[in-house]
Amino acid sequence: MKITDWVIVILAVFSVTTVVLFLVGAPPIDAYMLIFKGAFGSWRHFAQVLNVWIPLVICSCGLLFTFNMGLWNIGVEGQIMLGAVGSTFVIKACSSVFSPSLILVVAGICAILGGALWAVAAGFLKIRGNVHEIFSGLGLNFVAQALILWLIFGPWKRPGIASMSGTEPFPKSLWFPVPAGWRVSPFMIGLAVVLLLATAKVLQATRWGLVLKALGSNVKAAGVYGISVNRNLFFAMLCAGAFAGLVGFFQTTVIYHRLIPAISSNYGYLSLLVVMLAQYNWKPVPFIALLFAILQVGSIQLPLMLRIDSSLSGVIQGLLVLTAIGVMYARRRS
Amino acid sequence: MCKIMSLFLTLVFAFFPLNFSAHAAKKEFIFGLLLVGPYNDHGWSQAHYEAAKAVEKELEGVKLLYIDKVNPADRPGVTIPQLVDELVSKGAKFIIANSDDMKDGIREAAEQHPDVYFLHISGDDVLTGKAPKNLSNLMGKMEYGKMMAGFVAAMTTKTGKIGYLGPLVNDETRRLAVSSYLGAKYAWEKVLKRDPKKLIFQVSWIGFWFNIPGVTADPTQVTQNFFNSGFDVVISGIDTTEALVVAGQKRKEGKNVWAIPYDYKDACNEAPEACLGVPYFNWKPGYIHFVKSAMNGNWRQEWLWLEPDWHDINNPDTSSVGFTPGPALKPEVKKALAEFQKKLGDGSLNLFVGPLYYQDGSVFLSKGEQATDTKIWYMKQLLKGMIGPSSAK
Repeated sequence: MKITDWVIVILAVFSVTTVVLFLVGAPPIDAYMLIFKGAFGSWRHFAQVLNVWIPLVICSCGLLFTFNMGLWNIGVEGQIMLGAVGSTFVIKACSSVFSPSLILVVAGICAILGGALWAVAAGFLKIRGNVHEIFSGLGLNFVAQALILWLIFGPWKRPGIASMSGTEPFPKSLWFPVPAGWRVSPFMIGLAVVLLLATAKVLQATRWGLVLKALGSNVKAAGVYGISVNRNLFFAMLCAGAFAGLVGFFQTTVIYHRLIPAISSNYGYLSLLVVMLAQYNWKPVPFIALLFAILQVGSIQLPLMLRIDSSLSGVIQGLLVLTAIGVMYARRRS
Repeated sequence: MCKIMSLFLTLVFAFFPLNFSAHAAKKEFIFGLLLVGPYNDHGWSQAHYEAAKAVEKELEGVKLLYIDKVNPADRPGVTIPQLVDELVSKGAKFIIANSDDMKDGIREAAEQHPDVYFLHISGDDVLTGKAPKNLSNLMGKMEYGKMMAGFVAAMTTKTGKIGYLGPLVNDETRRLAVSSYLGAKYAWEKVLKRDPKKLIFQVSWIGFWFNIPGVTADPTQVTQNFFNSGFDVVISGIDTTEALVVAGQKRKEGKNVWAIPYDYKDACNEAPEACLGVPYFNWKPGYIHFVKSAMNGNWRQEWLWLEPDWHDINNPDTSSVGFTPGPALKPEVKKALAEFQKKLGDGSLNLFVGPLYYQDGSVFLSKGEQATDTKIWYMKQLLKGMIGPSSAK
């Protein structure tokens, strides 16, 4: 998309949002200012933005692989959940056996395996059963959610209590270390950046990246040139699942320090929007993710200060994607 | 694309150093309130909201900042420590977390902000020694309110079948279900002098304090099941008013059923014709106590479990627990209730006296033994005679 298209998209979204704000009786300028202040008002606010940005970027990286191949990996939510389950499992099972840092590393690996397993399951269903990945992904999301609820109400319940509140918090030594007063892990920021650059490198400058793109633009033609669809599909899903699993690790060990039913925070679905808005290109991803994170964190000001619902941020995010798609469609026709 | 990015970055960093945090007027004392449900839920959260509003009105120079629907289903990705950071940056010096669900988050936040005072409602971190010095606990002795609920339920039921719509299973919710049962049992055996075997008291747990579609059992359906299987009074133990709403609908269909909501003094308004009354919390006395001690700097860590004011349990300034009789309450039951309340108040009647047995048959209180506060607080099982699980399967 060209600059002018972006301007059109942003103007359109702003005007619609402003109308919505008028309709609910909120002063639009104040609302925008509040969102902005809520995201940049202080380091602590911005740290919260980064705590949303990190999982969105990591998850989006994984989705770049699948989207480039033309796969709709809706199952990314479930892959995050399985990652969370994997890391919680390690922390629960080994907390008295190994040193904390080793446990965190193993938990990270297990989270990646969990996410990858769930993604590969969808891939397998596609390859062997010819089930479209949207349906298998959605189905697996429900299974993952049910699995988490079962674990929280069953084997991992708090002593004497059965509640939605999640598992007993992990011992402090097993919280992912965050410098005092920081509220965000610099290691995780670095990791997100490194993963983004690595993804870009793989997609742009390796043979495999090219193969994925070829498959994405024309599966039949790729087949003629002897490219195996199934093998690449398998690996693309594997990558997406691994990245999503890592997000599950982040959510459990950095943010919540326990497993909760809503552990994914819908970051999987949000990442799908990020990547779609980025038109499957890696470059805009960190910026769109930042914009989404700003909306996500800043919008908490709306109920707090203006007494309006914070789901407005969701409306803005959705509008962005819809108008962007609309503009692209219009361009293609003209 | 590059231009957009650089523009964006410039914007971001141009504004970044500015500090926007609102500085409150000097004399104002700001306190924050985190509500687990909607502020207008006609239940648990509204009771807290109105108490906090009353405190703001009554104490001079005190300002309230609140945010509702603080739970991971309604606000995905938002954490308690994050919201506390937010309130503190807006000048809050005292913060109340109104849900059992916020226990871990508020403790983490209290450790992060040793210069701010915290109050966790219904928790026991002070008792267990887990709480840092700036965190206290507050609860009302709802046992009495629930005994009254059980009492009027048993006095009213035609079928002898009382349903209890429970939230999740823990010490607190078992304690309240047990209290309701004891009130019902007393009315049935001692006042009505009927056969103990003919009283059915069944507890169904939905899994959380309010309905979360797809996650908890649906309280509307659970209540309907009760009414469809011969139960004619449902006592609600959850934060919201589904039990009463369903009872109102069933009455319109011609069924003679009642419900007893929970938490909020005006909860009967949802379906007055079906409402036997509501045991409610009045958080104002407790709030005022803690806000004042945080304001005046004479804070000390406390675990408060406040009683009703037996001179007038519905006095908004003194009684932490009350009971509003409902429009559907028959005059003779109302009279019996007053008698019951008087006995509880002057101490001539104590329902937590042995012999009482846990559901598995083990002894809760031996003959003549009176329960201590901690024994009631940490209610390990439902009692023998009640139907329903004592813990999650």
